[in-house]
Order: sequence, then C-alpha cells, then structure tokens
Amino acid sequence: MLRRKNSDDNDSQERAAHVNRIDAGSFPLLLILPSIAVILLVVAFPLLYSLYVSFTPYELLRPNSLKFTLGKALRNYDKLLNDAIFWRSLGNTIIFLAVSVNLSYVISLALSQLLARVTVGQSILRTLLMVPMMFAPILVGMQFRWFFNANVGLVNNFLISVGLIEAQGQIAWLVDVPLGMITIILASIWMNIPVLTIILLAGTLSLPAETFEAAEVDGASGWQKFRFITFPLLAPFSYIALTIMSLDIARAFDIVRIMTDGGPARRTEMLWTYITRLAIEDTKFGLGSAMSWITVSLSVLFTLYFFRQLVKARIVR
Amino acid sequence: MITRSVGPNRRRNEIIWNAVAWIVLLALALPAFWIIMTAFRPNIEINTFPPVWIPQRLTLEAYANMFGLNPEVQQRVAVEAYLRNSLLAAGASTIVAVSLGTLAGYAFARFRFRFHTALFLGIMLSRAVPGVALSLPLFLLFNRAGLTNNVFGLAFVYVAVNIPFTAWLMDGFFRQIPQELTESAYIDGCGHWSAFWRIELPLSLPGLATAAIFAFLAAWNEFQIVSVLARNNAAKTFPPGLFAFTEQFTVDWRGMAAMSVIMMVPAVIFVILVQRNLVSGLTFGAVKG
Repeated sequence: MLRRKNSDDNDSQERAAHVNRIDAGSFPLLLILPSIAVILLVVAFPLLYSLYVSFTPYELLRPNSLKFTLGKALRNYDKLLNDAIFWRSLGNTIIFLAVSVNLSYVISLALSQLLARVTVGQSILRTLLMVPMMFAPILVGMQFRWFFNANVGLVNNFLISVGLIEAQGQIAWLVDVPLGMITIILASIWMNIPVLTIILLAGTLSLPAETFEAAEVDGASGWQKFRFITFPLLAPFSYIALTIMSLDIARAFDIVRIMTDGGPARRTEMLWTYITRLAIEDTKFGLGSAMSWITVSLSVLFTLYFFRQLVKARIVR
Repeated sequence: MITRSVGPNRRRNEIIWNAVAWIVLLALALPAFWIIMTAFRPNIEINTFPPVWIPQRLTLEAYANMFGLNPEVQQRVAVEAYLRNSLLAAGASTIVAVSLGTLAGYAFARFRFRFHTALFLGIMLSRAVPGVALSLPLFLLFNRAGLTNNVFGLAFVYVAVNIPFTAWLMDGFFRQIPQELTESAYIDGCGHWSAFWRIELPLSLPGLATAAIFAFLAAWNEFQIVSVLARNNAAKTFPPGLFAFTEQFTVDWRGMAAMSVIMMVPAVIFVILVQRNLVSGLTFGAVKG
C-alpha cells in the first residue's frame, strides 16, 4: 500500500520482501472488479441518487415533489444551516464522538498495559475482555437503557440498596442533562473497549524485549518506559484501532436510538437520529438526504484522517 | 548483566496488577452475566423491590412464552421469522461477500497495479458511510424495484457492507503467507489463477473462516438499514425485532433478555473460534507495509 521511502536501513529491506508485489497486467483488476461493481451499485449509486434528492423538496407522501429546480437547489442545505436543531445535533454528535473516542482509547490503552502484565489466568481474562463483543450494538443500548432506567433499573436499585440515594429520589439517568449524554457515552465505551484493547494488547506483546531491557539498565521508571518506548512504538496499532473504530462509528446510532432516541426534548439528538426523524418519521426525504450528505462527508473525512495517520505511522516505523 | 531485585516489592506489585486486572474485567463482563441470568429467572424475581440480586430459581418460562408454548400468554414476538430472516440475510451475504472480498484482498496483497492505494482506500471509505444515510436512497430505489421487505434484497446490501472488512482482513492474511511458495509455483509453470486457487487459498483458510464469521456477525447485528428496508416480518431480522420490544407499552425486559441470548449465540461461537486470528489479520498491516 505504501511505497518504500528509504532503502538503506535493514528494517526497510526486511519489509521490502513484503512490499515487492508482482506485476500481472490486468489480472489483479479482474479480481477487484466484482467487489467494485457491488460497491458502486449498492453504495455509490444510491449515494449519488441521494445527492440528487437532497437538491429537491421531495416528501414521500407527495410524489410530485421529486423535482429539481436549479434556482432552489440548495434550499434544503439552506434550511439546515438555519435550523437550530441541526446545529444542536451536530454539536451533540461532535461532543459524543470526541469524548467517546478519546476515553475509549485511553481506557483501552490502560487495560492493554494491565493485561500485558497479568500472570494469573491470562486466557480467562482475555475471554472476559471479549464479552462486550458478543453484544450487537442494539443490544448494548437495550441493556444500558434497562440498567439506567429510573424506576426498575439496576443502577438506581443498587444505589438505594447501599443507601447512597433515597428510595424516592431515583436519578433520571436518561432524562437529565448531562446525565443522558454521559450514559450514552458510557454504553459506547463499553462496546468499543474489546476491539481496541485486543489490538493494543497484540501490539504491546509484539514489542521487542531488548528495548525494555536496555531501558531498565538505564534505570527508567515504569512510567518512563511506557511514555518513551511503549506508547510511541504502539502508534501503528493505535491508528489501526482508531481507523477500525471510525469505520464503525455510526454503530453508536443504534445505541442512541434505543436508549433515548434523541430525547427527551432533543437533549441527546445526534445527526443520525435527526436524519431518521426528518426522513423516516416526517417523510421529508429531500431534507433528510441533505442531512445525510453532510453526515457522510463528515464520516469520510474522519476516517480519511485516521487512515492517513496510519500510513504515516507505518512509514516512520 | 545487572540482576533485577526480585524482592518482596516486585512480588507485591505483581499481586496488585493481577488483582486489579481481575476486578476490572469481571466488572466489564458483569452486565452480560446479568442479561443471561435474567433470561432464565421468574418474572417475579426481576420486577420486585428491593431487588433479588442472587437468583433463587431458574426457569425456561421466557422461552416458553416466546415460542408460544404457554397457552396463557398470547405470542407477541415473531421470533421464528426473525431467526429465519437473520440466518438467510447473514448467511447469503456472507458467502458472496467473502468470495468477492477474498479475491480483492488477494489482489491488494500480491500484485502491483495502477491506483492500488486509491482503490483500497475507496473500498474502505465505502464502509465509512453511515447505514442510516445509505438507508434513505436504498429505500427509495428498493421501493421502485419492489425489493423492500425482501430478505435477499437486504442480503445484497449486506454484501456491499461486508466487502471492505473482508478485503482488509484477507489482505492481511495473504501477506502472512511466505511468498517463496508462490514463486516456486510460478517456476513450476502455474498461472496466476492456479497459484491463487491451489496454493494460496488453501493456506489462507483459517483467515477465511475468520473473515466469514466477522462478516456474518456484522450482518447479524445490523440495525439501521434493515429497520428502514424491512417493514414487516417477511424481512425483519433480530435487531429490529428486539427494538420492537421497546415500542410496547410496558417493556418486557425478561423477554428482551431471552431474545438477546439467542442473538448472542453466533457471537459466542465467534469469540471462541477465531479471536486470535482476527487480531493477526487486523494488525498485520501495522508492522509490515
């Protein structure tokens, strides 16, 4: 995927063995063609169609409204940019992603360092780590909605049992600001931890032991070893983990949809739930498509960013 | 060589590390145990206050209700339909996506051609499109083609959704196969196709299984697209089925837990069979360009 930048050092010579790809004329393109065809048909073409729809005032219940007028083509985008709820959902989405991605990463990094040192029951612990992976995102949302339910939820029941809150003073986890957002973020972190941690753990275990021995001879502390050796060397693994997470980031929609559905009073409205509300519930497909395009552009930029970092991190190594 | 002090300090630290790891991971897995336990408890234990933390009695009532074996409870959940649709959509899409994605992954791993990077990136970015954004135009187009409420229409969408990750994983697995094998095959007069088919593909079978289970799970768990494209039980899968619980006036938490346990079965198999392979497929690209 990337070209070799300097051929002098040993390391890249070793890598060259893997980069030396064969020239085989059109054969590889034939292999890729079916995949490209399916993606063009199911992703690219519908997206272009949705771009067209986003320039029309189309509403599902008014079939004649799927009409393109040049002068008014940008009306949906104009409407969105002047829509306070749009900005609110964009703001919520950015806050959600920033907090969730960063915290997921930091927690997983800590967890991977912890797991790398475990000496008792390694394999059982790794299986425990994979438990959240067994949950579909919709299931994650459902279970957290139940646990944080004000009346029958485990969290409130537990807090009452241990006497931290009064039996009548149940906390409205999914309703209050900012608790609703915090609860959703908590659910998404729980879902993100396994994949991030196993990738970072695999990275940590693959680091050369000699480096650490040398550092120990020099009297480096545990934190110094992590800060100046482990963390920088983990960079490619970090970016792989983050790229995979960013590819799948919209899974969080399932969680939001089942936990609060953007409510109450749009307190947890995000781009994804707002699209559903506009297009599916209010049948305003034109407006919903405009919103989709804004969302798609943001998602693609986000992923592209991590991908570039990934490629860069590999070259440095 | 400096010998490290293996004194009581080091020993104590080790015990602390282990204890912390066990506590953290048990806490992480706790919600899952709770869900599974709930599925097998009598309703009266679940809905009482103060809560009964330790189950007193286990029962299959929730499943009897779900499959309509309890004459007192009218069947509310079309679990058979969800199961059939989930298996069909996930199964069919996995077979096709893995076949196509493997070919693409092989091309990216072994060959040099124009737009190598651009094509790889393009395929990956198609995965970054949020399902909810894709579901709107698909709904309009499928409506016209008469494909809404059709499991195979849904499966076709999942093929496209699953190709990128399959190609990524297979690219990683193929690159782990020593190239000398292929080179000697070429010397023996193999063409590109037979080198792939007779030598590299059989060697990549563990990776292929990983990619297949991964794809199956992605389709099995997908919610956003199916909830727009499937309006009735002819095509609804488990995730929208689970969502339907929350639309009832009183939410049947135990029923949800019981259905969740059925939904988890393929994922449990996945975790047991392929976790190690998955990591090596995903991370191989990190160390070897």
